[in-house]
Amino acid sequence: MTLLQVSNLTIEDRLGTALVDGVTLSVDRGEILGLVGESGSGKTLACRAMMRLLPGDGLAIRGGEIRLNGADVLAYDDKRMMAVRGREIGMIFQNPASHLNPVMTIGKQIAEGRRWHFGASRREARQQAIELLRQVGIPDPARRVDNYPHEFSGGMRQRAMIAVALACEPKLLIADEPTTALDVTVQMQVLHLLRDLRDRLGLAVILITHDLGVVAQTCDRIAVMYAGRLCETGGKRQVLGAPRHPYTRGLIECQPSSDGGVGRMVTIQGQPPLAQRFPAGCRFHPRCGRATTECTSIQPEMRVDPGTDNHAAACHHAVSVTNRGMVHGQ
Amino acid sequence: MHRFRFVLWRPIQLLPVLFGISVLVFVMVRSIPGDPARILLGVRSTPQAIARIRAQYGLDEPLWLQYFYFLRNLMNGEMGKSIIYRVDTLKLIDSRIQPTIFLVLGSVLLAVLIALPLATGAARYRGRLADHAIRLISTIGLGLPAFWLAIMVILLFSISLGWFPVSGYGSDWAERLHHLFLPCLTVALALSAVLTRNLRASLLMELQNDYVTAARARGLSENRIFWRHVMPNSLIPTINLLAVNIGWLIGGTVVIESVFAIPGLGQLLVKAIISRDYMVVQGVVLVFALATVAVNLIADLLTVALDPRVKL
Repeated sequence: MTLLQVSNLTIEDRLGTALVDGVTLSVDRGEILGLVGESGSGKTLACRAMMRLLPGDGLAIRGGEIRLNGADVLAYDDKRMMAVRGREIGMIFQNPASHLNPVMTIGKQIAEGRRWHFGASRREARQQAIELLRQVGIPDPARRVDNYPHEFSGGMRQRAMIAVALACEPKLLIADEPTTALDVTVQMQVLHLLRDLRDRLGLAVILITHDLGVVAQTCDRIAVMYAGRLCETGGKRQVLGAPRHPYTRGLIECQPSSDGGVGRMVTIQGQPPLAQRFPAGCRFHPRCGRATTECTSIQPEMRVDPGTDNHAAACHHAVSVTNRGMVHGQ
Repeated sequence: MHRFRFVLWRPIQLLPVLFGISVLVFVMVRSIPGDPARILLGVRSTPQAIARIRAQYGLDEPLWLQYFYFLRNLMNGEMGKSIIYRVDTLKLIDSRIQPTIFLVLGSVLLAVLIALPLATGAARYRGRLADHAIRLISTIGLGLPAFWLAIMVILLFSISLGWFPVSGYGSDWAERLHHLFLPCLTVALALSAVLTRNLRASLLMELQNDYVTAARARGLSENRIFWRHVMPNSLIPTINLLAVNIGWLIGGTVVIESVFAIPGLGQLLVKAIISRDYMVVQGVVLVFALATVAVNLIADLLTVALDPRVKL
């Protein structure tokens, strides 16, 4: 059942440049969607728009629809929007050190959500904070609840931030590169925690990442973004196993293989374009080996591959080529 | 609680500071030209009378011995007899300290009461008319010299409007409050300008922080985010600035008490310097030094209480 449906979302800056252009996404209850793309591809911006918390001045949602449980979120007034944030959609961030208040105990920051959204008493909220810390795997939570963020390690801070978000009991958790700042073993623990929460609480998760390895381990479905547009969406096995968009294929080929590989690492030629200089037609065409004149002038639409379950790509020359074993983990 | 243990060490760390100050003021006050006995007795005094007074107050002893007596008296809780007032300096200070304490506390309280709402308003309505107005006013406040401001305040509130007395200090509490209001206001206007600008900048910086975004993403109201998250973080640098300024202010009472004729320590110090009343100068300066150190200790305590990352 669809929890969040984003259709044709367009976000423009003050100059009218579309930083996010016609993005359509959906997340079901209990589903983990991986939103993949390079820095500046608009993945964070698209997710901020879902909470109507666009960063900085001059950015505005210029078109599209965001429906949460069928209700149009963009039509909400500020007060109703406040009830959506935290309570319906929670968010965790890449850098937990800066996203936690340094002068408030972890316990108080978790309890704040209980008190604010559920009117819990001080004592109840504290008990619930200890319970939440236990749920996210903090050892000795009854003692740790009175610690400040700087007394936690990086991985524990990320767990604490997840607990802070969970305190509001959201249906959907947007995780913006939650493991990028962590070392590999801790990354694994945090990803396991997210999967575990999905299984136990039926939480839907949008996992923003640039790391296909993280996606392969954690997600059910994948959406790939490039230069503000969606290139490819579909089930994890379809997208990673039989990518149809040259950009997705390039990303997969860029992954260093675990056996060390032979020769130089494969890279995608060139740089992603700046927002002010998005090329006409397909935005990937200057870096694409398959580009034709059609690609330089006509913007490709997302087209569903007929034989599949919603595996779609925005490419004039979309072909599926079965990829060398990217799908693992599960 | 171990983070507060530094309080126990402070008095020990303080001893060398106070020793240095006592030596400095002892030497400085004696290096001003002029002889207290001659000033006390007047120009037509005989050399014998002057010598008698000098002997009576130990001024004919060698300097190092005088300093030794000064220290020995301090150990016994005395500061030496005032040449002019003929009482122990400590008693003199005791009788004059109250107006100064109230002047300083009143000024700081008033300055905070002015600065807190102004900085809050400026930060929350950044770039709007209120912000520009508050910044303009505080810039003007920074530029006005205190003695000029004092005169303008007296002209407006005492002479034109007649709301407050021009100078002096009352005999009961209501009267004292009435007398102290204008001097406190004069100090507070200048001090609040500094505090407002600092707190506004600090608030704006904190508002940019990621934890504010995270708090918004949890659905907290702007009011709650501002008062519970942003304000405590912003107050930390402002409290330390305030402590430095209170240090200046304690010295500044010398000027303010003279302008408003308040019988406090500042005025006592000025008179003592003019009449070369060595003991009183030493005593008052030591008290000022102690007060400054105490203010900084309180500021450190507040910083440690507000910021769990700080260890002293």
